[in-house]
Amino acid sequence: MHEAADLSDTAGEAVDLEAEFQASNIQEILDKLDRELVGLVPVKTRIREIAALLLVDRLRRQFELTSETPTLHMCFTGNPGTGKTTVAMRMGEILKRLGYVREGHLVTVTRDDLVGQYIGHTAPKTKEVIKKAMGGVLFIDEAYYLYKPENERDYGAESIEILLQVMENNRDDLVVILAGYKDKMDRFFQSNPGMRSRIAHHIDFPDYKPGELLSIADLMLAGQNYRFSDSAREAFTRYLALRMKMEHFSNARSVRNALDRARLRQANRLFGRRAGPITRDDLMTLEAEDLLASRVFSDGKLDKDPV
Amino acid sequence: MMSNPGNRLTQGQFSFLPDLTDEQITRQIKYALDHGWAVSVEYTDDPHPRNTYWEMFGNPMFDLKDPAGILMEVNNCRKTFPNHYIRVTAFNSTRGTESPAMSYLVNRPQQEPGFGLVRQESEGRMIRYTVHSYATDKPEQERY
Repeated sequence: MHEAADLSDTAGEAVDLEAEFQASNIQEILDKLDRELVGLVPVKTRIREIAALLLVDRLRRQFELTSETPTLHMCFTGNPGTGKTTVAMRMGEILKRLGYVREGHLVTVTRDDLVGQYIGHTAPKTKEVIKKAMGGVLFIDEAYYLYKPENERDYGAESIEILLQVMENNRDDLVVILAGYKDKMDRFFQSNPGMRSRIAHHIDFPDYKPGELLSIADLMLAGQNYRFSDSAREAFTRYLALRMKMEHFSNARSVRNALDRARLRQANRLFGRRAGPITRDDLMTLEAEDLLASRVFSDGKLDKDPV
Repeated sequence: MMSNPGNRLTQGQFSFLPDLTDEQITRQIKYALDHGWAVSVEYTDDPHPRNTYWEMFGNPMFDLKDPAGILMEVNNCRKTFPNHYIRVTAFNSTRGTESPAMSYLVNRPQQEPGFGLVRQESEGRMIRYTVHSYATDKPEQERY
């Protein structure tokens, strides 16, 4: 009865969503996300939705329309090199700006950090990691390794149990993000239905298209003060088309490795003509020959270290 | 004459103030974390002022960013030892300092019998004084 009276009091008042939006500086982060992450439309859409939800929630609190804190535990699935870790890192910052977490730091762990080696070792280990992540984001990479169904005495189950408890009870204190390959994560959730239901956001990271990979390469090179010559860009497009059909292709990570090798060859090329003068431009430009030397072109095989 | 009504133990910071609330404890922990000090939780049922080393409740907590995890440990400790003295210590590991920078009580027993002054007569008319905690007359676990 009392609440109803309160509501009618404030029903006429209006709040400025725009002002709140500006104050949170969230646009800056979303812009940065757009600028620095190529593609990933479903991911960006979901982040926008979450940002909107948290913002609206904050306004609702001003009108004392209390609602439970939303669960923001997430699961990122996708092939290697699709940017799961990068987005998780941004997530901490975004959630901090929105006032959902207090510190916004990211603690990245894998099975080794959570699961112990002998009886009684797992619980303290998991709890220590959880305490470190409090106030921020706990990112569990390759989370499906936590659960090994073939070994019933595996301590991973104990770790999952503690995580579940914390995910439920300390929702205000930390956000848990699980990441892994799609098929393996699906199997993981099948055997841990409790985990599935406690994670509100399942986000799938799509593979990059060739054009997107080229923009990623441009971004990476710009970050290191390199650039493609026109012929090199054309060569790299061809390289990508060939490389994407091969095995062990891991999206942005493969691009980075290819560029690292091209830089190696460029350095070697410049070193070969050290007798003549070398300009600033020479030092910055990757030429077609730096890329064409890759074995991907010559015999359709990977360079020595296939990654 | 009662100089300390209730025989409240006055050791460490804030001990002359009313007991800290959880929120106040959180902010003190935050202060320690912001300075990069390692925070740990300790307990004892022998609060003699010279009893420097209390029992540790779990390991000291390094690399934490947020006080929530430590408050969780404090509450776990309170649940396990509701009638012990519990304190939070912040260790400053800076070279040259390497000592606790903060230490304050976060839990005390319901009844605190306090300390008595024991006089020992020795050579001649010399008197030696010592402080004795009434609680330690009983065996461990039965003191409070």
